[in-house]
Amino acid sequence: MIKNAFHKFADSTKAQIIFFAAYVLITAFGLFLLSDSVIAFLVLLLSILILYYLKLNVRIKWALGLLIIAVLVPFAASQGSSYQSFMDVGTLVLIYVAMALGLNIVVGFAGLLDLGFIAFFAVGAYTYGIFGSTQANKFMPFGHFPVPGDAFWLFIPIGAIIAAVFGILLGIPVLRVRGDYLAIVTLGFGEIIRIVFNNMDHPINITNGSMGIPSIEPPSFFGIPIGQPSQFYYIALVIFMLAIYVATRLEHSKLGRAWKAVRDNEIAAQASGIPLVKTKLAAFAIGASFSGMMGSVFAAKQMYIDASSFTYLESTIVLVMVILGGMGSIPGVILGAAVVIILNNQVLTSLSTWLTQLSASGVVSVPDALSPAKMQRFIFGILLVVFALYRTKGLIPYKNKKVDAAHLKAEAAVKTSQYEEHPEAEGTH
Amino acid sequence: MNILEVKNLTKKFGGLMATRDVSMNVEKNSITAVIGPNGAGKTTFFNMITAVYRPTSGDILLNGKSLVGLKPHQVCHFGISRTFQNIRLFNEQTVIENVLVGMHQRLKGHWIGTLLHFPEVTREEEAAKVEAYKILQYVGLEEFVNESAGNLPYGAQRRLEIGRAIAAKPKILLLDEPAAGMNPKETRQLTDLIHDMRHRLDVTIILIEHDMKLVMKISDYLYVLDHGELIAEGKPDEIRNNQRVIEAYLGKEATQRG
Repeated sequence: MIKNAFHKFADSTKAQIIFFAAYVLITAFGLFLLSDSVIAFLVLLLSILILYYLKLNVRIKWALGLLIIAVLVPFAASQGSSYQSFMDVGTLVLIYVAMALGLNIVVGFAGLLDLGFIAFFAVGAYTYGIFGSTQANKFMPFGHFPVPGDAFWLFIPIGAIIAAVFGILLGIPVLRVRGDYLAIVTLGFGEIIRIVFNNMDHPINITNGSMGIPSIEPPSFFGIPIGQPSQFYYIALVIFMLAIYVATRLEHSKLGRAWKAVRDNEIAAQASGIPLVKTKLAAFAIGASFSGMMGSVFAAKQMYIDASSFTYLESTIVLVMVILGGMGSIPGVILGAAVVIILNNQVLTSLSTWLTQLSASGVVSVPDALSPAKMQRFIFGILLVVFALYRTKGLIPYKNKKVDAAHLKAEAAVKTSQYEEHPEAEGTH
Repeated sequence: MNILEVKNLTKKFGGLMATRDVSMNVEKNSITAVIGPNGAGKTTFFNMITAVYRPTSGDILLNGKSLVGLKPHQVCHFGISRTFQNIRLFNEQTVIENVLVGMHQRLKGHWIGTLLHFPEVTREEEAAKVEAYKILQYVGLEEFVNESAGNLPYGAQRRLEIGRAIAAKPKILLLDEPAAGMNPKETRQLTDLIHDMRHRLDVTIILIEHDMKLVMKISDYLYVLDHGELIAEGKPDEIRNNQRVIEAYLGKEATQRG
């Protein structure tokens, strides 16, 4: 009976919309009242996932999703003292989702295991960091830095382009190797970029070395300075939308098919006329550009960067997002990135605070070393093992896009071509 | 007229001579078979034509132009498509996507056009899907259009490889053991398909095959390789009675005793 009711629900658009509206309104109202509750915040975010599974028109889904993350979540969270910290987590989620989408192009679509992906994020961050602070004065004989906050917007495409160039520079030598060897070389590349940035304070001081670049100019929008996480949230949101758009458009295009062909069988892909190097470089460049854009945003948001933000662990975390979510699956990767960041920055920290409070009040005593916030690597390790055992294709596995066979059949019947009839129809020769 | 001329093609892998001094002339619109025992160098020969391997010496001319030194995808652009002995499909992609990949070099749309919704890219993509569907109808796979290629039954996978190869509109189609593992009915359908392709698609077909019945039935001309060397060539009837060919297949002793 329950199953029956469920099917009825799944078939009725009206019922779904009413249910969804009720869920969103109640949870939004809940967050509005319990303004500092992490759980209320998470329950509201869950609505995006529910939306994904509803059987509605795709455009309606996109519109609703955008409405929720652009208007409802910021509004409902705006009441409490945790508003900025919620928005900060939101911004981080968007930054990492865009990066994970970029890495998904490289690893998920083109099948090139990249363990140094954070390097492109670093390139984007340093691009704005250097020119958005007084740092550039130290090696540039002309011009006056920092650039004004209004110029930040230019640095989003510039970050994308420079990261893409680095993607190609990495790609040219590296694409001679495959599989495990490629992974090792990219890992090395990621470390080299970090170490070079960490040491480029002499002979010419370009990155200020391990001191990092302080007081990076905050962006401004027609003269209005942008400094709050709630404002960066919208910048990140726009780039996030762009990343989703690019990834979904390309996925089923000629280039997307070429990537997957190279991933599935390199020799057959070449024999089908796909230029191997060009196709792989396109994956590296486009994937890297997502990271580059978000790197600029990251530098502006943090107002301070140094090489320690771009360690190997960060590359692994982005890769974990892709694997956890589902390689090649765009909704999966978005979910994976959101889960990892929220787990890391909200759930674990809240748990730690809660446990500290419990220990302080003497109910239980949890040693500081065991606080959940310090166990993130352990928890991600466990998660990966569990996924490798029980859900190898990730949270939302990749699904092939189906073509409308009936439509194609009708079209094919109208159009004449050289493949007229089935050879069997004319009998043997 | 010869569409493909192979001149003294030699390939050495270290000390091993995979092919030695093989020369061939393939007439336009013919069906040519390359036969020989296992390890005779047939697939190496195909791999040199499609630039997977670079020949140690010798030359390959397509309509008088040398193919040596090209990249594999360039050979495809020049008009040579192939299938593989051990099936190489894009298993995670759907059947129609496999055919669309085969059309890759014929599609002009750039990815920037895809991102910016250029109408001609959208139109081209739609037309490509219809054509891909027609190709699937032609090779008899339209019922599997949305299936993952890796899930197809074996015979259907072989036909999909042919579908993918002809999607590039090749001048020459190389089939590497197309009938391997097929049952008699499937082999018969394949024979019909090969015959039909030659006329309908105006393509020259070169095939490697072990099924002698099929080879003798459809080929215009045969080349026989053994230990990397060309030991015989001729029309099916001439090859059938060629003493060296019988020896190569059955062994010298067997023929002497018989």
